[in-house]
Amino acid sequence: MIYEGKQKIWKDYQKEIPDDHWYFVRSCIRQNFFPASERMFTEITRNVLGKDVYETPYHTTCGGIAYHCDTLPQETAMTIVARQFALMTEAGYENYAASCITSFGNYAEVLETWHEFPELEARIREQLWKATRREFKKPKYLAHTSDLIYHWRNQIAEKAKFRLVDKDTGEPLRIAEHIGCHYAKMFPSKGVGGAEYPYVLTGMVESWGGQIIDYPERRHCCGYGFRQYHVKANRGYCVSNTHKKFESMEPYGIQAIVTNCPGCPYFMDRWQYFIAEQTGKTYGKDGFGIPVLTYEELAGLVLGYDPWDLGLQLHQVAVEPLLDRIGIPYDPKAKYLGVNKEDLLRPSLPQTLKCF
Amino acid sequence: MDHLFEELEKDYRFREGYHTCINCGTCTAVCPAAEFYRYDPRKIVAIVQTRDDAEIEALLRSDTIWYCGECMSCVTRCPRRNGPGLVIMALRDLSIRLGYFTESEKGRQILPLTHTFARNILNYGYCVHPETFRWEDHMESGPVWKWHTEHLEQSLARQGANYKGEGPGVLRKIPQASLDELKAIFDVTGATERIRLVEEYSAAKAREMGMSMEEYERQAFEYSSDKHFNE
Repeated sequence: MIYEGKQKIWKDYQKEIPDDHWYFVRSCIRQNFFPASERMFTEITRNVLGKDVYETPYHTTCGGIAYHCDTLPQETAMTIVARQFALMTEAGYENYAASCITSFGNYAEVLETWHEFPELEARIREQLWKATRREFKKPKYLAHTSDLIYHWRNQIAEKAKFRLVDKDTGEPLRIAEHIGCHYAKMFPSKGVGGAEYPYVLTGMVESWGGQIIDYPERRHCCGYGFRQYHVKANRGYCVSNTHKKFESMEPYGIQAIVTNCPGCPYFMDRWQYFIAEQTGKTYGKDGFGIPVLTYEELAGLVLGYDPWDLGLQLHQVAVEPLLDRIGIPYDPKAKYLGVNKEDLLRPSLPQTLKCF
Repeated sequence: MDHLFEELEKDYRFREGYHTCINCGTCTAVCPAAEFYRYDPRKIVAIVQTRDDAEIEALLRSDTIWYCGECMSCVTRCPRRNGPGLVIMALRDLSIRLGYFTESEKGRQILPLTHTFARNILNYGYCVHPETFRWEDHMESGPVWKWHTEHLEQSLARQGANYKGEGPGVLRKIPQASLDELKAIFDVTGATERIRLVEEYSAAKAREMGMSMEEYERQAFEYSSDKHFNE
């Protein structure tokens, strides 16, 4: 392909990201499974970068998981979204940042559907008024929170205390990225870099010194599948798809994985434990797994935050080999302590997957 | 019921996701569900495209429409900008409204799913909440998560959460006024009626199967026969 053609295609998948004043809504899954990442997003954006990121306690779930488990009518899901937009409007913001990929996809779907079918938007406005007496403006800009960390990646790099580099060899760390499906697969123009070549996580990793490693099943779903995980009988679907990804990346010497989806890091971390215990197979070196990090965990590490303040003790796959490789200091005895060094005992150890 | 295709056409997701399918099979090639289940989204769209009510009704009563994980990988790659995943959402919606979902093992899972999310959303304001995400039902989450749930409040405090607290923050208590608004939205937009419908159809099926509702719901959540899987 000629260079100008490539440039034109790339331009189609660039996204305008305002530099400040964001209305922020949280993720149901991340608050449960990566609570420290949710906290770190506001910590980094407000206290490190000095940005205006506003949150109201009155916002709720967007209903996206229930909607994609087919338990909510579409108009219910849309009206919950409309209420979220009303809260943004009442707070005086027009830039809307969602912490969840399912939510981000849900908001994008709602806005696109309303654009195609204005009569549906009018109906949802009526239903919102009837139910809550609220009105709303649509966001001027819709972003996923990983878009914002991507946008500010070079400012984070300037403040970094560590780089994603092997301290012994000086080589960039070999990192795989995993993009949540609903980030751009439905609406490629809504994601940085589109669906086939998303740049949102690659940009962060490159800015912070690491190297992105390609592998055949890079774009394959982690296997969440909504109803496929939330019903116990269906979870073979989930682990089969995660297994496919890890088998595909195995020859490439991946040292860490970074994700921008709430569920993906949970599943790719936990299913490594399950696969190890069921089959004896591990994908990291020396019996360890491959750590799967959120982008806030990665940003927090390069900024020099204590790994246990970042919540890395809640990963089943041990992160210590990665910390040692970069040269990040940590206190092993503090890993499972509570606030004020309260003794909370320790988790039991798996039989196969090596952990601390 | 006659005119099933016309019913599907009323669904906005169907109108967004169903254009002229050329049956190339690209969707099936990239589909995570097709990796695992005896599932072929190309065939589903081909059946819908026949507009044959008897064939569509058979789909609505089958396990097949419940295999999709709604990842929407098919949407990206379809050369005709179809969305088989969106067609699936419309088929599932119709299957629930007509009560056909109780005729398949995977369809009956709608009852536990509906209860899980309706309770979480209306009682807590979240789709997932620590008080209902039991470790015993998610043992693959491993010993670290078991430890976390055994020390839930202390562990969440260490992570900087505002668990059940006032004001903003991680896992805050969502104010009752906001929960009341969610309930009003459920009432106005049909979700409350949908819950009633799912329970009514499920209760009838439980009676037919000679089970209590508790047995029926537990079996739907836990049991999987071997017939679904690729060899």
